[in-house]
Amino acid sequence: MRPMSNRVFAVVAFAVAIAFAAVSQLIPNEYFFTAAYTVLQFVILATAWNILGGYTGYVNFGSAAFFAIGAYSTVALYNAFKAPLPVMIVCGTLVAGLAGLGLGYLTLRLRGVFFAIASLALAVVLYTFVVNWDYVGGARGAYVLQPREVPFGLPRYIHLLYIVMVLQAAVSLIVARAIEKSTLGRGLAAIRDDELAAECSGVPTLRLKIIAATVSGALMGMAGTTFPYYLSYIEPTSAFGLSYSVNSIAMPLIGGMMSWIGPLIGAILLGSVQQLVQVMFSLGAWNLLIVGVLLVLFVTLAPNGIMGWVEAWRRRRGR
Amino acid sequence: MEVSAALVVNAIIAGLLLGGFYAAVSVGISISFGMLDVVNIAHPAFIILGSYVAYIVNDRFGFDPIVVSLVLSPLFFALGMALYRIYYLCFEKRGQESLRGLAFFFGILFITEVTLVLVFGVDYRTVSTAYGGVTWRAGDIDFPMRLVVPFLVSVTMVVGVQLFLTHTFFGRAVLAVAQDQLALRLMGVNPVRVKELAFALSIATAGVAGSFLIVIQPVQPAIGREYIGLVFAVCVLGGMGSIWGTLIGALVLGIAESFTSTFFGPSWAPAVSFGLLLATLAFRPSGLFGR
Repeated sequence: MRPMSNRVFAVVAFAVAIAFAAVSQLIPNEYFFTAAYTVLQFVILATAWNILGGYTGYVNFGSAAFFAIGAYSTVALYNAFKAPLPVMIVCGTLVAGLAGLGLGYLTLRLRGVFFAIASLALAVVLYTFVVNWDYVGGARGAYVLQPREVPFGLPRYIHLLYIVMVLQAAVSLIVARAIEKSTLGRGLAAIRDDELAAECSGVPTLRLKIIAATVSGALMGMAGTTFPYYLSYIEPTSAFGLSYSVNSIAMPLIGGMMSWIGPLIGAILLGSVQQLVQVMFSLGAWNLLIVGVLLVLFVTLAPNGIMGWVEAWRRRRGR
Repeated sequence: MEVSAALVVNAIIAGLLLGGFYAAVSVGISISFGMLDVVNIAHPAFIILGSYVAYIVNDRFGFDPIVVSLVLSPLFFALGMALYRIYYLCFEKRGQESLRGLAFFFGILFITEVTLVLVFGVDYRTVSTAYGGVTWRAGDIDFPMRLVVPFLVSVTMVVGVQLFLTHTFFGRAVLAVAQDQLALRLMGVNPVRVKELAFALSIATAGVAGSFLIVIQPVQPAIGREYIGLVFAVCVLGGMGSIWGTLIGALVLGIAESFTSTFFGPSWAPAVSFGLLLATLAFRPSGLFGR
């Protein structure tokens, strides 16, 4: 079977997303949308992380920072002139992309581990910056009220946010898959497998890495742009929550990092489990413990994740 | 704000005292990251763990936290040995340390933090010491004992580690691992064993440093994260694997943070270490005393 072309995949992904969004409007339970929003958030974050982490082999510990950049650019635009939602989404994505570009430019020329450490530290610094920035609410937080009128005749604003999230997830998957199948993706894979060899064979490693960091950061920022509306209230601790960073690492590692489908599986699985635990036991901290333990277990015992098992099973059957 | 000489001198003193403590916090990273090439992101988790161990014993029996941590440091040493065993078998041996090894340590950091939250909650914990509330005054200049005592023990510990590494057979073996593992193997020494013990030493220093931390300030599980940027900033600023560099780098960072708190407010202090880290990476990646 020939792999789908990017255009066909994009059409299919959007069709599935729209169908999915439309069908789920029939679900009467309001809670579904709140829960699904969170899971979709993780689908985007995990997919974005995997562009740099899985394809290129560079660990980003600062997903929360990029996410918060998206969220806080929305807050800033809301405070400035109540910009329409699409403007906020585009701006947050661009600003987070710029942050990825800057961080990548400064640290990707060094050994990979420095990028990882710098990304972790970036979260701390941006947090400090936001806490001290009164315009976006500082440590107290800021209210971002959902508009009274919901467009497209939807019953509630959360339905709109949910649809936006489904579409954003589709965009992320399309971007990730397109990168994976392109020359860029092959260059990134070469960097992951042996950076020195890639450099010697004429792969412009620094440029490719910076592109990957920019795209990855932009998508993470995109995931955060609707977050203030989702909660109606945002404060630094929730926007910079370490759970975003941990989940966006754990999900691709558990799902499998070699292709776009791994993070999707990991995010849906792990995200749903967390929602279930949350509903059944209402224990937030246990959730985080589960993610941490699963991350360590998978990384030590099943380094190729769920997709690794699937591959192994396929190979055995094919023989 | 009027800048008086006393304010500046106090900021320098406070920075130096804090810097000595930062050296104790970072010396373990200089060993594990700088010498052994094990990127132990979870280092701060063991510092916080050390704080809580000191807190529990101090709370129950009233023993001095620093003495407790020194007595219990073999426990941390053993923990470090076990952790390195797992790390070696699962990642280093398979050549997967760069991505999965990092994720592993990140997971360990996270599990430790969440477990501490589940057991102790997010309340700030403090210890009671004989010197906690005492401050020496020399004119306008303050020497709070809760900073001076950890400073003195910290510097002693860091100097001790340096002397140990340069003057004992085992210490030189650690330095040799940092330079050429193959050569070490040809000499009939098992580099894995040397790395295991050296890594254990780094975790033991983290446990001891944790007791300094809880003497200096109240501790809750999440503050470990602030130290991730800090320890790596000190390690990189000082030059990878140089213990003297770590001491100097820590003092520089301490003074920079102290000045930032004094003149811009304490809420800006966490950003200083990152700024220094980024500046070092951008302009002088080999650090002040790098080879």
